[in-house]
Amino acid sequence: MPFEVSDLAELDAPDKEYLWTLNFGPQHPATHTTLRLVLTLDGETVVNAVPHIGYLHSGFEKLGEHLDFNQYVTIVDRMNYISPLHNEISWHHAVEKLLGIELTPRCKYLRTILAELMRIQDHLLNTGTCALDLGGFTAFLYFFQQRELIYDIVETASGQRFHTSYTRVGGVAFDVNNAWVDKVRSFVKGFAAVHAEVHRLLTRNRIFIERLKGIGHLSTEDCINMGVTGPLARASGVLRDLRKDEPYLAYGDLDFKIVASKDGDCYARYLVRMQEMVESIKIIEQCIENIPEGPVNVDAGSKAVIPAKPSVYRSIEGLIQHFEVMMPNRGFPTPKEEIYAATESPNGELGYYIVGDGSPRAYRARTRPPSYVHFALFPHLIKNHQLSDVVAVLGSLNVIAAELDR
Amino acid sequence: MMTIEDALKLKFSGDELSFSQFRDNHRIGVPAVKLFDILAFLKNEHHFDMLVELTAVDYLEYEGAKDRFGVVYVLVSTINGARLVIKTHVNDPEPLLPSVYSLWKSADWLEREVYDMFGIRFSGHPDLRRILTPDEFTAYPLRKDYPLKGRGERHNFPVLTRAES
Repeated sequence: MPFEVSDLAELDAPDKEYLWTLNFGPQHPATHTTLRLVLTLDGETVVNAVPHIGYLHSGFEKLGEHLDFNQYVTIVDRMNYISPLHNEISWHHAVEKLLGIELTPRCKYLRTILAELMRIQDHLLNTGTCALDLGGFTAFLYFFQQRELIYDIVETASGQRFHTSYTRVGGVAFDVNNAWVDKVRSFVKGFAAVHAEVHRLLTRNRIFIERLKGIGHLSTEDCINMGVTGPLARASGVLRDLRKDEPYLAYGDLDFKIVASKDGDCYARYLVRMQEMVESIKIIEQCIENIPEGPVNVDAGSKAVIPAKPSVYRSIEGLIQHFEVMMPNRGFPTPKEEIYAATESPNGELGYYIVGDGSPRAYRARTRPPSYVHFALFPHLIKNHQLSDVVAVLGSLNVIAAELDR
Repeated sequence: MMTIEDALKLKFSGDELSFSQFRDNHRIGVPAVKLFDILAFLKNEHHFDMLVELTAVDYLEYEGAKDRFGVVYVLVSTINGARLVIKTHVNDPEPLLPSVYSLWKSADWLEREVYDMFGIRFSGHPDLRRILTPDEFTAYPLRKDYPLKGRGERHNFPVLTRAES
């Protein structure tokens, strides 16, 4: 698979002079984010591709060692910015596992709904831009309008459309109200029609199929060996979904299916993502009618949790607790332990490896970004395809450079 | 879990293996010299066919730590869904580990990142170059002795004028 030095020497040989090199990126409309590929072409056939990454490297993991568990949520937001809230849920999932905090049932359901909304949001953009890159503008606009509705829902809950910074250790920043529930209900109601419309636009569209079918094929063995997870793996026939395999949040109670395909090409990935949105809507439908009553945050008796504002303003215990959590020189004891915890993000397995040293900051906050592992596949997938397939494969991988480089 | 623990104890009886569990993480600490053999054994005999995560931790300022670097491998079996965390330690001045690229191809970029961020070398890796930082970068940013703001780094970079570019 990977770029090997011997490959390069071979391509530089005098009898290979007819090959030419094309630089793709780091600023290119079809990369959508900042990444660079150096393609070696034989006519229009891609003989070799060398990805160069790191253009957006901004030391997130280093920052994670200097910010506390609640502050770092503003940084993880900005990793996969297509589905920011899922990063937060994933980060706090790992932190709560380290601290041994069990969420309230209401919070579990709330986070499940948000996580699934984020999955829909991510898949909407991915399938939308996939079509856009191949010349289908309509589907992109239809889907982006749905994303707008999800932004609204998220804004109603958190006050922010995009980088929400909504979750906290042991809960969320604010509880939701009935207006929010109604918004989610109306979104769920209206989504099916748009989804069906895009199905009609794309799924049997001959141009779309010919651009995707058989392109970027990934076999099941390669998929496992290269550590691929998420919709990519499921499109290659790996039946693995952390929501089923290692149930977290409320997924254990819910009825949904894993979507998979045996084909392993770009078209299969498109179909898997389309169908996953339907499953996500099913999950949201089940959750939204069954959100348990009760407090959304864990009882503030746990030292790690920010107390509710009324108790901060009206009771001395609440104020002390707030002070202890917020002040940089105070804090709460954490286990001197290490944990790896992962969730099924829209893109694949998003894991965090956290080393606790007894302070309220992570000693090491490692992110296992799905994009990073998936982009390493690219040379393998594109070899011997046409130049115009580069955008199709890139689109189907859903590489987010901010998450790729961190 | 018991079966893997027993099998490992039986096969690598002369080596210091430590088994522990925290929450749902099953962890095995292995000596660096036996790392490759143990990982190969787990892959070939116990169906741990996927390497999902490979990362390192710098224990320079960690209270009570004996070794400088810890390197962590998270293995997953797609057959039975088991997950295993393998950890080993390496030390200055020449932190070196065998590359597991021949077992799992996902190790390619993951090992490059560990090399880039911590300066741990992997022998047998086909293309061990820096990946996130520029090639001319001299430091290893995620080491604990590297400051948060990296003062002085930018002065090391050559300045290109418009005429030279």
